[in-house]
Amino acid sequence: MNETIFIVIPAFNEGKNIGSVLLDLLHAGYSNIVVVDDCSEDNTLKVVSGFPVFLLHHAINRGQGASLKTGIDFALKEGADIIITFDSDGQHLVTDLPAMLEPITRKEADMTVGSRFLKRTDVPFFRKILLKGSVGVLFLFYRIKMSDAHNGLRVLSRSAAEKISITCDRMAHASEIIEEMHKKGIRFREVPITVRYTNETLKKGHGSYLGAFKVLTAMALKKIGR
Amino acid sequence: MYWVVNIFIIIVALFAISRAFLRFKDKKVGGTGLVFWTILWTLAVVFAFAPQGVSYFADIVGIQRGTDFVVYLSIILLFYMIFRVYVRFESIEQHVTKLTRELAIKDRKKGDDKN
Repeated sequence: MNETIFIVIPAFNEGKNIGSVLLDLLHAGYSNIVVVDDCSEDNTLKVVSGFPVFLLHHAINRGQGASLKTGIDFALKEGADIIITFDSDGQHLVTDLPAMLEPITRKEADMTVGSRFLKRTDVPFFRKILLKGSVGVLFLFYRIKMSDAHNGLRVLSRSAAEKISITCDRMAHASEIIEEMHKKGIRFREVPITVRYTNETLKKGHGSYLGAFKVLTAMALKKIGR
Repeated sequence: MYWVVNIFIIIVALFAISRAFLRFKDKKVGGTGLVFWTILWTLAVVFAFAPQGVSYFADIVGIQRGTDFVVYLSIILLFYMIFRVYVRFESIEQHVTKLTRELAIKDRKKGDDKN
């Protein structure tokens, strides 16, 4: 394939995991990697500096959604044809990327979204309740049917990346991206992927009940406030 | 004791109006804002001295007690103001993010041999 592929990785306090994530991606032959350090308090910046990747640093912590947009804007500016969004905590597997890329390179879709529920993955029970709950909320808010609403592994064609506007700086961006995809009529496909769970990842972000509550509040406020 | 409360309300109202006027002079509050705050605090003074006026308005909208009318009105006003503050806050947040993003892209760091 001749398309220029960029991988955007938002990172916040992932000094422990980001090194191995970058090594996996570089070994697999992905050379245009953009890491957006969201003002980490640990050694993320130092770890990433040792790799041949583009490193963008947020001087103030702005959240995962904001970091994603920074990375996507940069990738577009650098001439990306395809943009992959990838988590920095080691949850995603590089081996899932070819299947995620295929529908885009074959022009069958403009966006692919990873789904852990289309594959036999051992999703912890409480995590499953949360994720299925968010799928329900997504349907309730936007009438969109998906099997996995909050998956950070996505592939976007250049045109899809240009159309999607991310305004939710924090965790609600995941739902916002799906909403935008639906609103802008972007052709999408869900692709089965594996998500690697560790005790650390289970505590964070979309997975915690507090996180889910914050996302729900942000979505509701966005509906009335903007 | 009644007059003590009234004097207190007058002092607070005058202070609030003077603050609004100063903010107007600093161009931090627009003409509409100044008029809004002046009317609001003037009404507070008027109703403190003539509570029967509140009862008159309460009666019009079908509320029995004047005090209840003032409380309902205050709650509506507070909700509206919280909403305005929220919208403003969101807008500032968006600006901060935009600025942070532009700086990050402009000052992109060189990781190893990428530049």
